[in-house]
Amino acid sequence: MTIEQQSLEQQEPSSTKLALSLAFAGLISGIIIISIFEATLPTITANKARELREAVFKVLPNVTTMQKLQFDNGKLRVRTEKGADENTIYGGYGSQGQFVGYAVEGAGPGFQDTIRVLYGYLPEQRKIVGMEILESRETPGLGDKIFKDAAFVANFDDLAVDPEIKAVKKGTKSTPFEIDSITGATISAKAVVRIINEARVRWEDRLPAPGNEPKLEGKKTKDEG
Amino acid sequence: MAINIKDPSAVQEMMKGLWRDNPVFVQVLGMCPMLAVTNSAINALAMGLATLFVLVGSSALVSAFKNLIPKQVRISLYIVIIATFVTVIDYTLLALFPAIHKELGAFIPLIVANCMILGRQEAFAAKHTVGFAVMDAIGMSAGFLIALFALGSVREILGNGSLFGIDLFGAGFEPWVIMILPPGGFITLGLILLFFNWVTERKARFLEQVVAAEQAKG
Repeated sequence: MTIEQQSLEQQEPSSTKLALSLAFAGLISGIIIISIFEATLPTITANKARELREAVFKVLPNVTTMQKLQFDNGKLRVRTEKGADENTIYGGYGSQGQFVGYAVEGAGPGFQDTIRVLYGYLPEQRKIVGMEILESRETPGLGDKIFKDAAFVANFDDLAVDPEIKAVKKGTKSTPFEIDSITGATISAKAVVRIINEARVRWEDRLPAPGNEPKLEGKKTKDEG
Repeated sequence: MAINIKDPSAVQEMMKGLWRDNPVFVQVLGMCPMLAVTNSAINALAMGLATLFVLVGSSALVSAFKNLIPKQVRISLYIVIIATFVTVIDYTLLALFPAIHKELGAFIPLIVANCMILGRQEAFAAKHTVGFAVMDAIGMSAGFLIALFALGSVREILGNGSLFGIDLFGAGFEPWVIMILPPGGFITLGLILLFFNWVTERKARFLEQVVAAEQAKG
């Protein structure tokens, strides 16, 4: 070993020291990230719940009260637990407590990331009466038109679901189950349609026959929010 | 922070980021958020402030621990520090300003990859005291914010006919949609860079003339 090499080695800190300094930084960083996550979680959950509740009233016109419905053991019942899972939908009820329609959540891949969609569905008329994008990271200026373009969103205000929803080129809608796509954002528009179709098929056999929907339990009106 | 704010060199460290060494117009760094989120003034402002928080925090930490950070793993450590600050601002925005977080979307986590931030750690914070590092970080992120805001407001005014969401021209205005799309970002940035270079060149020529006149006199 030459003298030069020796002096070089003296300058080099040991691998243990390098690993330790990285591990220490990782530990501190981890603690900070967990703290901020825990600190903001209640607010974030509350925000999401509020957004969802507002969305339910938006996608189901003439609804004044809502309750969570849960599908398990082959039956739809009123969900009394907190939170929601993939087998939860929302029942919308009118001012006399009569059943109006369901708000169903669906999710699937868009152009960038998962898109979460909520749509209002009237089972008796087999019609979709409203659509809200709950979450999307579609391209600003193009893909985000799935919720920013009022004309596109209005497609879902009165839309037949049979045989299945189809996105067609803008301006060529000719049947009640077609929607006008968005120029420049075909993938995002088709993703929304696919998500709704999939969610509808998934829930098709789970929903009770019209007239047998779970009755409204307790009170949770729009104003109580 | 043992630094006097009136210290001319500290102020200089801050001011250089605004014009002479502006991270966007002169160093042409941080182009990804620059072009992606400047389709409206409010987005540009939010991105600028988030970047300011991350850069000032990281610079202060890197500068404070510069003697403890082994140079072989310094880049990884800088990234860990930057990523921690980015996660903090990401969750804070999500909790307090969900609407803005929705707009900026994927670009907040991407602040980690903003080369301007890593560049300042390596080029400045690691070699200077905390006070200078913070002043430099404030100056650089202010320069970044000014650039983002300039681009964002021009694009929103032309592309949407509004500023901060307030309609400027009434119903008769036909928005120039391309301005809020990616090509509009490139076009606007190009024009701003052109203007910036023109001003800089004019200034240099003016100074040359002054010097020449002085020499002629003397």
